[in-house]
Amino acid sequence: MNAPTRAPDGWVPSDLQQQRLSYRRSRNRRSGLIAGISTVVVAVVVGWSVAHTQGWPRFRESFLNVDYGRQVFGDIAKGLWLNVRLMVVCEVVILVLALLLALARSLRGPVFFPIRALSTVYTDVFRGLPLLLVLYLLGFGVPSLRITWLPSNSLIWGAIGLILTYTAYNAEVLRAGMESIHPSQRAAARSLGLTHAKTMRHVVIPQAFRRVMPPLLNDLVSLQKDTALIAALGTPYYDAVLQAQIDAQTSYNYTPYVIAGLLFLVLTIPMTRFTDWIARKQGWTSAGAAV
Amino acid sequence: MTAGPTSPRSDPTAADLLEIEHLRKAYGEHVILRDLSLRVLPHQCVALIGASGSGKSTLLRCLNLLETVDDGVIRLDGVDITDPRTKADQVRTRVGIVFQAFNLFPHMSVLDNVTLASRVVHGVRRAEAEAVAMDMLRRVGLAEKARATPDSLSGGQQQRVAIARALVNKPVLMLFDEVTSALDPELVGEVLGLLTELKAEGMTMLVATHEMGFARQVADSVVFLADGGVAEAGPPEQVLAEPTDPRTQRFLRRIIDAGRL
Repeated sequence: MNAPTRAPDGWVPSDLQQQRLSYRRSRNRRSGLIAGISTVVVAVVVGWSVAHTQGWPRFRESFLNVDYGRQVFGDIAKGLWLNVRLMVVCEVVILVLALLLALARSLRGPVFFPIRALSTVYTDVFRGLPLLLVLYLLGFGVPSLRITWLPSNSLIWGAIGLILTYTAYNAEVLRAGMESIHPSQRAAARSLGLTHAKTMRHVVIPQAFRRVMPPLLNDLVSLQKDTALIAALGTPYYDAVLQAQIDAQTSYNYTPYVIAGLLFLVLTIPMTRFTDWIARKQGWTSAGAAV
Repeated sequence: MTAGPTSPRSDPTAADLLEIEHLRKAYGEHVILRDLSLRVLPHQCVALIGASGSGKSTLLRCLNLLETVDDGVIRLDGVDITDPRTKADQVRTRVGIVFQAFNLFPHMSVLDNVTLASRVVHGVRRAEAEAVAMDMLRRVGLAEKARATPDSLSGGQQQRVAIARALVNKPVLMLFDEVTSALDPELVGEVLGLLTELKAEGMTMLVATHEMGFARQVADSVVFLADGGVAEAGPPEQVLAEPTDPRTQRFLRRIIDAGRL
């Protein structure tokens, strides 16, 4: 930054421009310094106040016990691996189903009314039901029917619950994306002789996917942490939260929850930053590609 | 007026490529085209002129079956394309349209835009489709932009790509919907030049335009649309210089006042 990068036409910044640049650099240094100082001050004040509350020693003992944390870390991390696998499998299924559902909802013509109506009812119901309730109904309710050919595995029913709920959300996101593609794009594709299906496949869906990438990733981050809700279905599948719960119940120490929480953050924060990055990049490119 | 435009250059024995009879199209209460009739001979270039809202775009969209007509008949090569049993997609591959706003697909390269129809509609292999498309791009002078994305091109270049894309289907009829209206003045020439070349090669064209210079110099006949129908039609020297319909006279006066003729 200090040496002016050589422009292809041999342009060298004028003295005036050099002055402006150095002024801006000094302003930036000043802003950085002020931000640093104020952050340190806030951190010290907050840390000091928390550490001087009456219950702090007990809080530290039961939530931030480093030795115990080390002891349970391995099991909780192993549990987190289950969460990650669950998230990946569910997301793949969710995207496929959501796309089908979105397409079903955008079908036109009277023949398709039942399909359209069914998909509308489906999205309404599963967007409206609390996820925990869906998990209980599927995880405990369905196996209790004792239908022999259905799986009685609680993990599978947990996954189905997540898939059903998130499919409803993602389908709406995709549908909004498809409807946001300007009709002139369809007109152009149809005028070239593409059928409705081919127009969707080659023109509308690729553009819609790009446009709704940020909200889809947002839902993925949300799914990532909601996989923890399968802990509610209990053993024998130990995810990070269930593992933490069991550890906490045997030792009356809550450090495992904090560990589980931190592990989830390690997963979700990079994901969120990635989402932001995609959104920014997209805002930048789609400005030029407006139709 | 329902009599078709007759051009001094046209052969009276030739069959019409396009016949439009008593066409009607309304959007709800708003009637855009009422009882419009028009005939176009093969290799003719017809300029459609008329005020904004006179139905030029709607007519072209009806011809490409992007709109369903309310009444009347459109025949292409003697075949009624307004018959609900017609395969719209097959008709569309024979009738190319170029839009005012280009409507290129922003998520594809220029080359993919041009090859899309061959690959996806006609099942041509990519290599083959690209060879044809490159020829077409060379034809419109944009071969070196094949790998570029549409939004990195100027308006004139985008419009030329759109024309190449429409030509790849080897249409028998080309529709141009105010293709220069969204362009900066200095870019209009390159697109009109291309249209003039197409006309010289014998393409049958319907050109909705506000470029009176183009209508006068290139078109075989000029059709003036007003009140949802053909108000006046004939060779350019007649319609543009000695209009008989008062609506045409008013329209041309306004254009002259605006310094566009």
